Amino acid sequence: MKKEAKRTLIKLVVAVPLMFAFGFALVPLYDVFCEVTGINGKVFQSEYSEELVTDDGRSIAIQFISTNNENMPWTFKPSEQVMKIETGKYHAATFYVKNTTDKKMTAQAVPSVAPSNAAAHLKKLECFCFEQQELLPGEEALLPVKLLVSNELPSNIKNIILSYTIFDITDYDEEAIAHNQMAME
Amino acid sequence: MLLNLFNKTKRNIFLLALFLLVSPFMHADWFALNMTRGSTDISNEVFELHMLIFWICVAIGVVVFSVMFYSMWAHTKEKNPVPAKFHENHKLEIAWTIIPFLILIAMAVPASKTLVKIYDDEAGDINIQVTGYQWKWQYRYLEDDVSFFSNLSTDLDEIYNLVPKGENYLQEVDEMVVIPAGKKVRFLITANDVIHSWWLPAFAIKQDAIPGFVNTAWTIVDEPGIYRGKCTELCGKNHGFMPIVVKVVEQDEYDDWVFTKKQEAIKLAELTTKEWTTAELIERGESIYEVNCVACHQTSGQGITGIFPALAGSDIVMNNKDRNIEILMEGVQGAAMNSFSYLSEVELAAVITYTRQSWGNAEKGDGEIVIPKDIVDYKEPKI
Amino acid sequence: MSAVIENHHDEHDHGPAKGITRWLYTTNHKDIGTLYLWFSFAMFLIGGAMAMVIRAELFQPGMQIVEPEFYNQMITLHGLIMIFGGVMPAFVGLANWLVPMMIGAPDMALPRMNNLSFWILPFAFFILLSSLFMEGGAPNFGWTFYAPLSTTYAPPSVTFFIFSVHIMGASSIMGAINVVVTIMNMRAPGVTLMKMPLFVWSWLITAYLLIAVMPVLAGAVTMMLMDIHFGTSFFNAAGGGDPVLFQHIFWFFGHPEVYIMILPAFGIVSHIIETFSRKQLFGYSSMVWAMLSIAILSFVVWAHHMFTVGLPLAAEIFFMWATMLIAVPTGVKVFNWVATMFRGSLTFETPMLFAVAFVVLFTIGGLSGLMLAIVPADFQYHDTYFVVAHFHYVLVPGAIFSIMAAVYYWIPKWSGNMYDERLGKLHFWLSFVGVNVTFFPQHFIGLAGMPRRYPDYALIFADWNMVSSVGAFLFGFSQLLFLFIVIKTVMGGKKATDQVWEGAKGLEWTVASPAPYHTFSTPPKID
Repeated sequence: MKKEAKRTLIKLVVAVPLMFAFGFALVPLYDVFCEVTGINGKVFQSEYSEELVTDDGRSIAIQFISTNNENMPWTFKPSEQVMKIETGKYHAATFYVKNTTDKKMTAQAVPSVAPSNAAAHLKKLECFCFEQQELLPGEEALLPVKLLVSNELPSNIKNIILSYTIFDITDYDEEAIAHNQMAME
Repeated sequence: MLLNLFNKTKRNIFLLALFLLVSPFMHADWFALNMTRGSTDISNEVFELHMLIFWICVAIGVVVFSVMFYSMWAHTKEKNPVPAKFHENHKLEIAWTIIPFLILIAMAVPASKTLVKIYDDEAGDINIQVTGYQWKWQYRYLEDDVSFFSNLSTDLDEIYNLVPKGENYLQEVDEMVVIPAGKKVRFLITANDVIHSWWLPAFAIKQDAIPGFVNTAWTIVDEPGIYRGKCTELCGKNHGFMPIVVKVVEQDEYDDWVFTKKQEAIKLAELTTKEWTTAELIERGESIYEVNCVACHQTSGQGITGIFPALAGSDIVMNNKDRNIEILMEGVQGAAMNSFSYLSEVELAAVITYTRQSWGNAEKGDGEIVIPKDIVDYKEPKI
Repeated sequence: MSAVIENHHDEHDHGPAKGITRWLYTTNHKDIGTLYLWFSFAMFLIGGAMAMVIRAELFQPGMQIVEPEFYNQMITLHGLIMIFGGVMPAFVGLANWLVPMMIGAPDMALPRMNNLSFWILPFAFFILLSSLFMEGGAPNFGWTFYAPLSTTYAPPSVTFFIFSVHIMGASSIMGAINVVVTIMNMRAPGVTLMKMPLFVWSWLITAYLLIAVMPVLAGAVTMMLMDIHFGTSFFNAAGGGDPVLFQHIFWFFGHPEVYIMILPAFGIVSHIIETFSRKQLFGYSSMVWAMLSIAILSFVVWAHHMFTVGLPLAAEIFFMWATMLIAVPTGVKVFNWVATMFRGSLTFETPMLFAVAFVVLFTIGGLSGLMLAIVPADFQYHDTYFVVAHFHYVLVPGAIFSIMAAVYYWIPKWSGNMYDERLGKLHFWLSFVGVNVTFFPQHFIGLAGMPRRYPDYALIFADWNMVSSVGAFLFGFSQLLFLFIVIKTVMGGKKATDQVWEGAKGLEWTVASPAPYHTFSTPPKID
């Protein structure tokens, strides 16, 4: 084979694993992209910021929604359905959970914000969704959220929906194995 | 020329085949040719947009194809034995790059404007959370604490061609979403298991329902009536069998409906404390089984070998009441069996009792029934 | 089949080996091209048989023939087999046969890899098809395999599906690398880039697209595999993943993939229209630039498949405009073809009929694609039969017609025999009528509101579905005629001249018919 041909071949052969790696790199890239743009309504934890706190905020409403993903028997609901807040101020809210089963269970709440362009302006100082919840049989708890909506929220948005879906992740490691046992028992 | 290939009989066969091919066109429903005009301002605008682009595309097609067909007719080897020599023309090439570009802008500008209107996101007068399940929709009225499931109500016998199909075949549900006319209704769309998609053509709303995420869509419908839609994201076996039906009513009728729904909820709570007989439970359980269980476990209780286990003759269903309740409450990890804990206590007790009493299970097993109280007890913490 | 082709070549000095080993161990680009073409034909018939099952079920409302569960397996396998087993290997087969002959090279640059890239394909499809007989059935989540339906909720056979996609991907990547190395380094002196035949250009661009996106597909299915078996959560919301991410990665592969299946068709059709117009192709360099810009734009339009997932306004508008932009270079190509025909000296032999039908029907598919790009309207079109009609118009009378045109056009060169023109024309007209009767009414069905991937439907869709099914059966069974014509031509018939077509230009027409087992062992002289 000619020298140039070998060079072309090597370039292409190197390109393949690079593109394979690029496929995987899309995962963190997507997360970063989402964090910046709020594209998928995901909200990440943010530090307390003095700058965001202002006095000239406007009044908006936050609507809380709770959803149980399949196979999740816990009781899970917001303490208040709707909360009136001021932009540029920290506010606290709570969600009520109860493990209604007779087993110790672990849960993970997954947040979602709508409209999605509000997500970038929603700063969560504290949220139960940043960690897993482990509850004993019958145990109940009030889960806290502490958040601020920045003053830069587009003015046409007067109502933000903050939704949490709670997933049962008790058997998370075993799930993969259980998955292929399609039979019920 | 083509027909010359055949002798007379073959020609007759050919004509018969042609007739068979064409005849369905004659019976075809000519109304089902185009997008239906919408019922809201937005959906009307989308319809107009659709027609605008459609006619632009037709115009482009007519221009391009007429030049081409003219050439095919006029520039055959017979008529034009010496081909022309040209093979480029810069002015022409620039023109047919720039003109399409301008046409595209003419299409994209109104489209972008409509899109901005669709995205105008303000709170609705009424907020309804729509959750896609395999294979039904749940609706939760956030302000009124009303919540219910909406299942396909078409009979299986119609689907399997045993009886004639009704007018609203596959477009009917046991419980419609009711919304008031003239009010801004916002749908908060999510899913419980896989991705579904909530489509209501008359409102020009199509939003994917994604587990863990909430998408929004809104509408204002002025005209009372019944509007039908469908799931548009492949979500498994019964993807084609989870329609959407929205009933738009006047405000006072809507208020009545909400009131009735709330009363029903209270009544249901009372039911759980009532004394239930086995016969009552079986009767109620059968209808619940038909809605929720029959797709997988089959009417015969035999399931489908290798995929959905049989309930008839199952040891759990015959002899293990506690595990039986647990499976319905928790589902089975990693299997197709989901949790049915969203059913009411009465419904759960009834359907479990039905399976424990049917297909000879009662005779072969312990024959125990499950009453609503058992479910309430199960839900109580046991420390 | 092997015996037949051997007879033609036996006399040559460096003829092929005998018997089955010729095909197993062959490193000859013509043999491998033949293998690819027959393989893709076999897959086309299998995928087509599945389409017949689908259309038979949809012939009338109600469930008649299969259960919804099996119906979903059919639509999934039909899509996968037609794309990865039908269209793509057919184009690779054509590239193998034609690229070396068109650029005056003795063979492909990497002949042993060429052999390997073909012979792993049958295994991939054997694995995929065998999943039909596994517990829980074959993959049932659509060819787009969206998570979590394809992960948490998939049948156990999904693991085999992933494995087979990996093999198909490896095969495509090897094939693409081979094409690029061949084209970049083995052109006869004088064949500069801007003098290359358009089919070679189209394949060069396609090969780069393949190398760029097939590894991304491999990455996507690997992530699925890890989610299913190793407890990761790439696409699982509960573990911090995102099901929409899957769609982004998939369509980052998927949209360039669409152009992978149409660019070689552009090349083929350009050659055929030029030949039967007896006139030089109009706007050669703009054709090349159009293909390059289509390829580049294909990387920034993927989210137009996802307008309903809840993207922010800015993203919707960006992807709408970017998608519409693709219409400009595509339009240029269509205008160039028409201008080539204009004031030419046209005859309509079978390849030309297919090529002309390609231009018309592909344009219809392109225009419906333009409609789909309009986001507010797409909210109504998305995931309905309108989309099904659109992509079948670009894939069946688009990609597949171009492949058939290519077979009729070059088979005299491959086999040394002319095909039966009367039968060829009959095949064309049956296919043309069949394709339009099948897919044109699907536009109506979709606009009227029938979602895709539905095994059963409301009564208002009944009439047009029946029409569509009748057309599908006609189209499907006409392809058996194609099989017959190809076999008949390979077996014998009127001997072809070396030139074959009066207006044909290019190095492949300078060699004997049938093309000797080895061509251009010494590079040809180019004026």
